[in-house]
Amino acid sequence: MAKQKGMVVIDTENCKGCGLCIANCPTNTLGFSENFNANGYHYSEMKQDTCIACQSCALVCPDVVITVYRLKKEKTV
Amino acid sequence: MKTQIDPNKYEKVFEKTDGLKNVKTHYCPGCGHGVVHRITMEIVKELDIQHKTIGIAPVGCSVFAYYYMNVDMQQAAHGRACAVATGIKRMLPDHYVFTYQGDGDLAAIGTAETIHACSRGENITIIFINNAIYGMTGGQMAPTTILGQKSSTSPEGRNPQRDGMPINMSEIVALLPGTVYVERVAVNKPGRVRKAKKAILKGFKAQALKKGTSFIEVVSNCNTNWKMTPVEANKWIDDVLLKQYPLGVFKDETGL
Repeated sequence: MAKQKGMVVIDTENCKGCGLCIANCPTNTLGFSENFNANGYHYSEMKQDTCIACQSCALVCPDVVITVYRLKKEKTV
Repeated sequence: MKTQIDPNKYEKVFEKTDGLKNVKTHYCPGCGHGVVHRITMEIVKELDIQHKTIGIAPVGCSVFAYYYMNVDMQQAAHGRACAVATGIKRMLPDHYVFTYQGDGDLAAIGTAETIHACSRGENITIIFINNAIYGMTGGQMAPTTILGQKSSTSPEGRNPQRDGMPINMSEIVALLPGTVYVERVAVNKPGRVRKAKKAILKGFKAQALKKGTSFIEVVSNCNTNWKMTPVEANKWIDDVLLKQYPLGVFKDETGL
């Protein structure tokens, strides 16, 4: 398992389930959820801890529901 | 569902800009309009011109752009966004004025207004979303529909003998002496979205130079009326649509 370097937080209620973030994720981190949101869309969610915080998903998301976080680098003494 | 993020461990690298209002858009899932709205408003925030930016909304799918963009907006009659932008820019010359138009608005009913605004060299930015079909009205053939493309009024594909040839607006306006910056970009891949943002940023910066019109054509998708999934539609842009609409800079006299 690759070391997790980032994390995405998805505003699931506004996600329309278009799947563009999933198609553009280079590490296959994202996938469709089995659950529905209030509008009946299968929203996308993180399926595994391989996010590298590349922001590809956020750049192509038409509904701007993705917030990307990057792991802070540990300070070396 | 609210995920707790430890702020000591993670830093935020991307979030929704507050140039966009916090409302849900009415666009279909996967529509490229949302991406172009986002990059336009990110540029407005980055240049810190939110208080003096005026957008002109068109008629078409993006008619409700004024509900989503957190700047002053005016909605124009069908196709007349460039004419309205001309009036606003001449009254408020230190403001940044942009029009946001689709291909039915800019390339069909508003061709005259567009070409004459570019010919006069008005200091406005024209953002032209080209998805090769009339989206809002139900997928009829547009002037930008490519040869052989099926639409609800060309069910066997566009036929050049009967329907004529598609129109390439960027190439046309690049010939006019009034334009200062003309580029065609696409938003179907992350790298292309970055390039599109650079192009629109240059378009806004060109307004400050007062040299002429900046025109940015964005090739976008309309997966609903192309009868494809969003992922297939973005692939189809690469495979088919960009052969008719090659990306690139057609004119750049900004010196930026």
